[in-house]
Amino acid sequence: MTTETLIWLIPLPPILAFFLIVLFTNRNKALSHIIAVGAALLSWLGSMIVFLRAIGVEHLGEHPFESSINWLPTGDTWFRIGILIDPLGAVVLFFVSITIFMIFLYSVGYQNFGQPDGDHDVKGLPPHGATIEEHGRKHTVPSVEPMYSRFFAFLGLFAFGMYVLVVSDNLLTLFVGWEIMGLCSYLLIGFWYGKKSARDAAVKAFITTRVGDVFMLLGIAYLYSVTGTLSFREIFTEDVLHTLATIPSGVLGFSSAGLIGLLLFIGTVGKSAQFPLHVWLPDAMEGPTPVSAMIHAATMVSAGVYAVIRMFPLLSLDPATMTVVAFIGAFTALFAATIAVAQNDIKRVLAYSTISQLGFMIAALGIGAYVAAAFHLVTHAFFKALLFLGSGSVIHGIEHGALHTGNHHVDPQDMFNMGGLKKKMPITFWTFLIGGFALSGFPIITAGFWSKDEIFADAFAHHQYLVFATLAVAAFLTAFYTMRQITLTFLGEARTKEAEHAQETRWTMTTPLIILSVFAVTLGWVGIPEHFPLLGGLVPNWLHEFVGGTLAKHPEAVEFSIVPLLTSLLVALGGLGLGYLVYRNVNSAAEDKLQLVFLKNKYYFDEIYDVIIIKPVTWFADKVVYQIMDKGFIDGVLHLFGPGTQGLGDTIRNYFDLPIINRFFGDGSANLTFWSGGKLRVIQTGRIQNYLMLALIIFLAVGAALYFFVLA
Amino acid sequence: MVPLSWYLVFSAALFSIGVFGVLSRRNAVAILLGIELMLNAVNVNLAAFWRYGDVTQMAGQVFAIIVFAVAAAEVSVGLALVISVYRKRSTVIADEIDMLKF
Repeated sequence: MTTETLIWLIPLPPILAFFLIVLFTNRNKALSHIIAVGAALLSWLGSMIVFLRAIGVEHLGEHPFESSINWLPTGDTWFRIGILIDPLGAVVLFFVSITIFMIFLYSVGYQNFGQPDGDHDVKGLPPHGATIEEHGRKHTVPSVEPMYSRFFAFLGLFAFGMYVLVVSDNLLTLFVGWEIMGLCSYLLIGFWYGKKSARDAAVKAFITTRVGDVFMLLGIAYLYSVTGTLSFREIFTEDVLHTLATIPSGVLGFSSAGLIGLLLFIGTVGKSAQFPLHVWLPDAMEGPTPVSAMIHAATMVSAGVYAVIRMFPLLSLDPATMTVVAFIGAFTALFAATIAVAQNDIKRVLAYSTISQLGFMIAALGIGAYVAAAFHLVTHAFFKALLFLGSGSVIHGIEHGALHTGNHHVDPQDMFNMGGLKKKMPITFWTFLIGGFALSGFPIITAGFWSKDEIFADAFAHHQYLVFATLAVAAFLTAFYTMRQITLTFLGEARTKEAEHAQETRWTMTTPLIILSVFAVTLGWVGIPEHFPLLGGLVPNWLHEFVGGTLAKHPEAVEFSIVPLLTSLLVALGGLGLGYLVYRNVNSAAEDKLQLVFLKNKYYFDEIYDVIIIKPVTWFADKVVYQIMDKGFIDGVLHLFGPGTQGLGDTIRNYFDLPIINRFFGDGSANLTFWSGGKLRVIQTGRIQNYLMLALIIFLAVGAALYFFVLA
Repeated sequence: MVPLSWYLVFSAALFSIGVFGVLSRRNAVAILLGIELMLNAVNVNLAAFWRYGDVTQMAGQVFAIIVFAVAAAEVSVGLALVISVYRKRSTVIADEIDMLKF
């Protein structure tokens, strides 16, 4: 099979799995997950083949795998859709397919496959556990998720959306994949729809990302109207880019490239949860943990960053746009990191950490560090998926403890209910530690160090000292809250009975953790800068060459400088050390000095949005739109219409219909015909030659008229 | 070769004679003869245009043959009508055959 055909086929298995499960195998849990995991495996295999072939091609950037077909007729031409795998696409496909497959596999264990049905589980709520009798003793064990098959169907659709987005060669199908994921995130965050919080979170995520998407669609439409194409390869030619850069948009002095870039970037702000549209992502934690991992690591938020990296040649045309991007990214990185410090929910810490790390990537892109942004995107996907799946494993362990003690009021996600899990859940601990260290950028051995270090080096080399400083502080906080999380969760003594009875999870959950942790360590080695002391040059900086080849102008590798390296070491180790020292002896939330009230409340962003947007909008909807416009105006007009039209009808009947239509036209035409028939009967002589003569005269008259008035 | 316009002039003349015959003769049989003349004028036109146009396209000739056939059929029906009228009214003068009159 040619590589192009294979790329066309990659998104297919998950969507087939979705339809098969929804239509046929919904009742059979085992069959459903076999189909879904099998589909993920197929897509993964396909992606790996494509990736391996891609890295074997020299100058893939100039000659990527691409093929396209006619899709929509647009006047004389066709709108073409197709697939494109260039170096960036190949790298993204690599991490997306692995993390998706791992998440599918993990979901089997997370949703308690193989466990008995719950005693009183209902659809739309998390399973509560089942009582079984063993050796004459009753005890409670976890029960299987009631909507197990549906979960895998949604995951399949989600994976389809992501694959479509990655292999697309144009913005429109990218946007289609993007929106499919938007829908799936809504469905999956609200998976346990019996919980009000989950419903609200689903709606919030959907609407917040929609705000960004509307702007993105505007950007796409604008781009299409200026260039007449949405294909990446056609947009990123010198002529088109030059045109875009020179045509002014008429808005705030931006060039069209700048405005389009900005609009597309707003889409990313929504999807990748950047300030000020970040509010949906922490709430998205209401979904099952594999969903969080899916949304936060493998797919949705990565999609946002992927889109801006993809559009980098366009974005980089306008320095004003780049400044905005860098500012938003750096600000988000710091801002989210500060909130993460004060969160007690194990998943919420990770959620804010994700926002913060995405800010790193966006900031890197904003200062022109194309490769660094892509690098961090890849490494982050692995270690953040690892951390989320690890946190899911922890939660499962605590839930197991809660089933054992029978205390269902304990919050299994609150880190202050944990502690000492290192001994109970060794695999989870070590893999979580690796993930956490990678997130903190623990020097040399973890992937996160290399990618983050590259961002620092780029920021420093491009003289973006403000961005550099902001990111350094954010990185310090990252290391700090990561160590806080690890210390509170795994180290020390168990703080509750539930934590004492926690148990390591099953192999379907731990295997993905181990595999992902391998990547979280080794993946950084593909991008070691050439001039790095001691290690530089041992392995070639493959990633830079490869991903850099996507751009027409290959980005230069930055000069090595000791300042960013020292900063990177200092913040990572300092943050980790300080985190351990501070939280080593903290046993309850009350003892935590950093539970500042405005951090705890996330700077009151939800409340601010509530006051400045939601309240006015609901007020407007209720008072103005409903009461005044709908009830008063529209209904009033409708009520006027009834009698009004009746009166009008009567008038028309009496003064128009009866005299004019009936008498004048109706009776009149009959009379006229009768009268003229009487007059005209005299020419009906019945003689054939009279008729022919008349025909000839008329023929000649019409012919002459035609000849003189029309043809001449 | 004789120019096309000659044929056209000829056929127009033939047609006009036919028309004149139809309109001026009182005998119904003579009227039918006039009609025949008009039809043949058309045939001359068809053959001439075929010859001066694309010779490989046989439509002109074929059409002329169809006109022959139609003309023969028409004349036979027409004569039958004339004979039928003559039997009823003992006349073939068109002016006297005014049964169509209201």
